[in-house]
Parts: sequence; C-alpha cells; structure tokens
Amino acid sequence: MKRLWLLLAVLCAATGAVAGAALLSGGALPLLFPAGPVALAERHVILLTFALSGLVVLPVFGALFFFAWRYRAEGPAARQAHAPNWDHDSPLAEFSWWLVPSLIILALAVLAWQSAHQLDPYTPLPGGAPLTVDVVALDWKWLFLYPAQGVASVNRLVIPAGVPVTFELTADAPMNSFWIPALGGQIMVMPGMLTQLNLEASRAGSYPGFSANISGEGFSGMAFEAEALPPADFAAWAASASSSVPLDYPALAAPSENVAPATYAGLPPGLLDSIMMSYMAPASTTP
Amino acid sequence: MSMHAFIFGELSWSVFPHNAINWGGVLFMFACTAALLAALTYYRRWGWLWREWLTSLDPKRIGVMYLAVALVMLVRGGVDALLMRAQQAASTGASQGILSANHFQQIFSAHGSIMIFFVAMGLMFGLINIALPLLLGSRDVAFPFLNSLSFWLFVAGAALVNCSLFLGDFSAAGWLSYPPLSELAYSPTVGVDYWIWALQIGGIGSLLSGVNFLTTIVKLRARGMRWMQMPMFAWCTMGSMSLVVFAFPILTVTLALLWLDRTLGMHFFTAGGGGNMMMYVNLIWAWGHPEVYILILPAFGVFSEVVAVFSGKKLAGYTSMVLSIWAIVFFSWLVWLHHFFTMGAGADVNAFFGIMTMIIAIPTGVKIFNWLFTMYRGRIRLVTPMLWFMGFVVLFTLGGVTGVVLAEPPADYQLHNSLFLVAHFHTMIVSGVLFGYFAGLTYWFPKISGFRLDESLGRKAFWCWLAGFILAFGPLYVLGLMGATRRLDHYPAGLGWQPLFALAGAGAALIALGFAFQVAQLLRSIRDRELLRAGGDPWEGRTLEWSVPSPAPSYSFAQLPVVSARDEFWARKQGVAVEPAALPAGLIELPRNSALGLAAGAAALAAGFGAVWHIWWLAALGLAGGCAVILLRAFDEDTETVLPAAALPPLPL
Repeated sequence: MKRLWLLLAVLCAATGAVAGAALLSGGALPLLFPAGPVALAERHVILLTFALSGLVVLPVFGALFFFAWRYRAEGPAARQAHAPNWDHDSPLAEFSWWLVPSLIILALAVLAWQSAHQLDPYTPLPGGAPLTVDVVALDWKWLFLYPAQGVASVNRLVIPAGVPVTFELTADAPMNSFWIPALGGQIMVMPGMLTQLNLEASRAGSYPGFSANISGEGFSGMAFEAEALPPADFAAWAASASSSVPLDYPALAAPSENVAPATYAGLPPGLLDSIMMSYMAPASTTP
Repeated sequence: MSMHAFIFGELSWSVFPHNAINWGGVLFMFACTAALLAALTYYRRWGWLWREWLTSLDPKRIGVMYLAVALVMLVRGGVDALLMRAQQAASTGASQGILSANHFQQIFSAHGSIMIFFVAMGLMFGLINIALPLLLGSRDVAFPFLNSLSFWLFVAGAALVNCSLFLGDFSAAGWLSYPPLSELAYSPTVGVDYWIWALQIGGIGSLLSGVNFLTTIVKLRARGMRWMQMPMFAWCTMGSMSLVVFAFPILTVTLALLWLDRTLGMHFFTAGGGGNMMMYVNLIWAWGHPEVYILILPAFGVFSEVVAVFSGKKLAGYTSMVLSIWAIVFFSWLVWLHHFFTMGAGADVNAFFGIMTMIIAIPTGVKIFNWLFTMYRGRIRLVTPMLWFMGFVVLFTLGGVTGVVLAEPPADYQLHNSLFLVAHFHTMIVSGVLFGYFAGLTYWFPKISGFRLDESLGRKAFWCWLAGFILAFGPLYVLGLMGATRRLDHYPAGLGWQPLFALAGAGAALIALGFAFQVAQLLRSIRDRELLRAGGDPWEGRTLEWSVPSPAPSYSFAQLPVVSARDEFWARKQGVAVEPAALPAGLIELPRNSALGLAAGAAALAAGFGAVWHIWWLAALGLAGGCAVILLRAFDEDTETVLPAAALPPLPL
C-alpha cells in the first residue's frame, strides 16, 4: 500500500514539476495555440486522438493499482480470494479484450484516413490564388525565392497574412525538414526532389521556423522567423526588397553558419529548377 | 600509394581527439581497463577468466558476458545522455554550452547507436542465453559455437565504437545516418565508417543469434513440451528471433550499399549521380521498425513470467498472448513508413501506414489486459521485478497513447522530429525494453549466481529511475508541443525552452543516481551473498529453470526433463503433473571450450578497423583470419566432452 501511494506521489510530483516549469517558462505552445488553419486542423487531430486513445488509460491504471493493492500478499483478499488457476477462459471474455481496443482503433483509423486526405500537404488551401514561395535548403540557411515578386530572402520568410501560400521545396544540401510549428506541419526538403507544402497564417505575427532534420554542422543555425504581414505591408516589403543587391547564388550556396537575414533581387530565371536538375545530371557533370 | 598510406591507411598523428571531454572519456576507459587487468593479475585470475568465461560455450556464461558488456556500454551511452542534457540546458542565446556542434552531433549519434545495438540488444541476448534453454528444458542452444561467435562479434562491434573515442571521430549524422548527410560529400571523416562497421559486425552477430535461438526453440524443447505448453518467454523470443532472421539481412545490405557509396564512389543513395536517399530511408526503417519489436517482445516475455510468478497465478489468456505476439510480428512489417510521413508520399500511402501502426496497439493492449487479469485474484508480492512491471505499465500505456497520436499522419506532420517524438520513443524503449530487462535481471539473477539481489537498494534504484524518467522526458513532451526540434546543439533565446531543458537535465541526473543504486545493489549483494543465498526455487517459480539448483550447473539438467503441462514445475509442485520417470541417465554431452569464437571476434575487429581507416592489408588479413577460424571449426570433429551422469550431485528436490 505504502509503495502504491509512493508511486502515485512520485507521478503527481513529477508531473506537477513539469507542468509548473512549462507555465513558468512563459514559452509559447504553438502546436496548441496555432496561428493558421492547417495547424489548427492538425491540433484538432492531435487532441481528438489523445482523447480517444486516452480512454484506455484510466481503466488500465485503475485496474493496475486496484489489483496490486487488493490482492497484495499481506492483504485479506490474497488469502480468501486467491485463485491460482483462475483464467478468463471464456471466449466471450477474451473476445471483449480484443473488441474494446479494436473499436477505439476503428474510430481512430477513420480519422486517420479522412484527416490524411483533408490535410495532405500537397492540397492547395481554399481562399483564392495562393502566393508561391520556392524554398531552397542550403548549408546551413534557408533561401526563400518569390518568383512573382522577383525577390529572394535568406533566413527570413515574409508572407502576407490571410493568404494561402504554396511552398515548393528542394535542397542544395543534405536532407532537411521545413517546419513552422505555429502555421502547420513539416515537409522534408531533399536534393534533386521537389516537395510541396501549403500553409496560411490567419493573422499577422512573427512565428519561429526550424529545420527539423539534422543536416550537418550548422544545422542548429537554420532557425528562422516567419513573418506574416498584412497584405499591403507584404507588397511594400516586396517592393523594397526588389532594390536589394542581386542574388549571387553560387556564393550564397557555399556552406556558412548562423547567416543573418538578408534580401536579394535579380533572381536568375528558373533557379529552383536548375538547382533541382543539377542533381539529375550524370555524376561527372554534377556541379 | 605511398608506403605510409599502405601501412597506416588514413591514420596519422592528427586522429587523436582535440577536446578535454573526449580525453576524459578515453582516460577513464583506459584507467578502468588497467585496473581490471591489474586485478586479474594480482588475484591470479587469468586462467580462470580464460577457461571459465572467455572460451566457454555454456550459454549461461555467454549470457552473463553479454550482460556485462551491455552494462559497460550503458555507462558509455548514459554519459553521452548526460552530456547532451547538459549541453541543451546551457546552450541558448549567447551561451554555446560545453560542446561544439560537431561533438554534440557525434554524441547523440553514438548515444542512439550504442543504446540500441550494444545495450538493448546485449541485455536481450544476455537474458535469452541465460533463460531460454533452461525454460525449454534444454542443456544448450542449438549451435553452441555459433553462440560464442555471435557474442564475440557483438564485442568487436562495441569495441569499434569505443575506438572512435580516441582514434578519429564517430558519425555525426544521427543514429541511422541518413544519406546524403552520411555520404562522403558531406561526412568526409571516418565517423560514418566506424558507425557502418560497428553495426555491420554487431548486426551479423545478431543475425546468427537469431538463427541459433529460433532453431533452439523449434528443435530443442524438452520432450513432451508441445507448442502451447511453451513458457511465454519462449514464445516472445520466438517472435523476436523470427523478426531478427528476416530484418537483419536488410540492415546488412543497406550498410553495405552505403559503404560502397562512401568507399568505391558508387551512387546508391548519393545526392545526384542517380542515387536515391529515399530508398535508404525506406530500407533502414524496413529493418528499423521490426527492430523495435525485436527488442520489446522478449521483454514482454519477461513480464509474462514475472507477473505470473509474483502474482502466484498462471498467466491469464495464454492463447490470446500467443496470438497477440504473432499479430505484432506480422504487423511490424507493415508500419515502417510511419517514420517518414513527412516525406510527401501522398495521402493514401500515409493513411495506410498510419492505420497499420494503430492496429499494432490492439494486440499490445490485449497483452496489458492479460497481465492485469493475471494479477486479478492473485497473491501479489511487490518485489522489485514487480515494481519494474508496474512502472512499465504506467509509462508504456502513456507512451502508447502518444504513439497512437503520432500514427495519425497529420498529427505527425506537426510532431515528427520534435522532442515529443524523442520523448515518445524513449518512453517505449526505456519502460518497455530497459525496465523489462531490469526485471528479468533481478528475476533470473539467483539462477546464475546462487544468490538474490538486495531488495532495498533495488527498490531505491527503481524509484529513482521512475521519477527520473518522468522528470527527464515529461519536459521533452512539452518542449515538442512548444515546437522544439530534436538534435539542436543551440537554440534561440526567448522561446522559453531553457527551464524545461534544465528540468530534463535534473531528471537525467536522477536516472544516473538510479543506476548508481543498481551498481551499489550488485556490490552489496555480492558482499552479502551468504545472507541472500537462494535455493533452486527462490520465487515459487513455475517453469523448469527453477527445478534445478542455483547457480545452475554447467549441464543445467542432470536428467533431461519430460514435460506434460504448461507451467511444468508448478504443476509438479502441485502434484498435478507427476515428475516423469527420468530419461535414462546416459551420458551428458557438453560442448568443449573453444577460443575460436574469440579469435573470430578479434579478426572481425581487425577487419572492421582496417576497413574504417582504409588499411586494406589489415582488412584483408582480418577477413582471411575470420574465414580461417570458421573453416578450422568446421573441420573440428572433437567438439564435445562427456560427463558421466553418475558423477553428478543428486537432484535438489
């Protein structure tokens, strides 16, 4: 008995310490308090799955602690009710152990099928023509290309709030993963491959972004800010960026760490395609 | 090629480590080795070590050696973990912490590789060696020499990892070394080669062990033991080993292809040149996901034995338990893609693999229900193996819930590669695998040593591990929800992550205290061994291993048992099963000692070291030596020694 209370006390104290530290830290919980429709829908999936699969936790914990206490060797039940050969040999009982978790999993499977299709990262979001941003993961920084605006930005993503954004992503570096937690889930970014991601910021703000996949020495420095601006401010930003220095892609692509944000103009035409295609060529001609 | 390059490959004076932490580890390692060698010499134990241990083909002895190596590697992997926690607690904003980015990356790569390959696998094979033949009523495994060979390959792999501590560096590309980062273009040092060859050599040992134990279960069960009378640990091991036999060849081939890329300039997985990194990710997880079940199924087996014995009851739902094992084995082949939902495979593919992943929760849940109903109407003794079991149920159920959350593809898009994921798989592996093997270690310890482990220090260790685990990994779940990605050696200030990282560091320290209690427990138990002396059956056991004296003699069973019931030993004690008329006493054939397994391990280490450093003569010599050893053994006709049954002491019962 004492040990069980000790177990419960340890669990509660440790959980309390974690929750307390989380509250005191004052850090944002972007997955639970997101800033875009995709992250919001993904939060719904996370919380619903937690709730449904969590249904088994209480009966399991209840049975574990109750049985451990009630049938403890020194207790009365262990003498009176001990049934060393007891087994729920009835197929019905056995069937129900399989049935209960199966029903929960069935509900979750339906959710998985539907949500995987609704939240397919390749599906464009509703709400008008999206802004296209081409993303190139480099050693070790992010290059954001705005083909329609003719500008580029390094380590600072600027998007208009309330407008769907389609990201087309490739790498001129090892595998990375492009993730802005407040806006929605990540997608891997690979050399010679093109992946897509559709996100939207519901409101203006600055949201931290990361590379979520280890890509080498300067990987930690690939943290960036995603700035969602009111559409008019976004247009003004693009206009001011177009007077930046021209993009010298080969110089930028050389490995560098903790690169400060910068804007560029004068994009070479078809840059994204040529970066991707450089990995398609035979090995001898790979730059 | 210059003479120097021919003789020394890429070795030079610059390969020694360049930082104090590395040197500290090296000096500690050398100091411990020197102390061990000195003690062996001082107490004149070299001959004993050679005859009784290093050349022994007794699976119980080999099992103990597996456990010893695994615990040493647990120290190494644990120090790695503490360094990671210290770095992440300190390294934010202006502070860069205590480690360079590259060093930090080497440490987490080593931590994962060591903990899976040389700790979890080592504990697993150690306990299987000790318990499986005894549970089956067999004197030995199917292939005693192969068993020794497997062990020494495992040691060679572990030794190669530790070489990287002072000669060159280790992989900085993560424990699964995804290309193209792990390709020569991005990882030009020998680190990834160390990783490849340590895993390759250890992995081949594991594959051979899989063949060995699977054959043992199929062919060497006691006379009369029908399939549905096998102890649950044997069923679980059978599921696990059948996964080993099919999964490890995938690892072998994948590592070989990566090595060809790096060494001969091929393009299986390179960026460009026709290489496809996504193929590697698929292959490595086609091994990697079954690997998780390989590790955990025998731990489920331990829990099945422990719960039944310490509840004084037969295992509830035996048939269901067997079915659930094979359901897990089957479905474990259909879930590998959930490790990379974020690669953009499309909704149909992601949904399929997500649903398959969730389905595995059903047989796992059934197992938990059956353990709980084994406790129902039992007479429960809450000794340390049972505490590990209860801690397991608590953490594993919570970890299972987070696993189902991660199985929903859209949830995974948000949680993948975050610390939430890291916390999830540590919950499963620490509570499932590690707690399971700690329970098994405590449970079977008297059978190999003759005395029990000290209960009070064992309990203290458990509470430290449990509380420490919650403190160390609870914050990581929260950090994942805060958007913290894994493997960061530094993170921006102002995100509010630091207090949680600090708390996680305190949790890790508490776990280290728990481990210290375990070491103290072992030492105190050795000191007080006369007080803790155990008879053949210290726990009111149910299965055959408790029918022989403790420590179990080299021949295990003086007379091979004949089985007629599920919990044969229990049934005999109840008078339900009559101890069958002993088989004709006859002669006991035991394998002779052999140093060839050790020689093969040394050859493999030389070959691996040569391949890592491009010292090709050494690699060729090692390979040839290994082949020679195998041939030598194959033509050795005189491999057994005979013990006359009349010379044995009487049975204990």
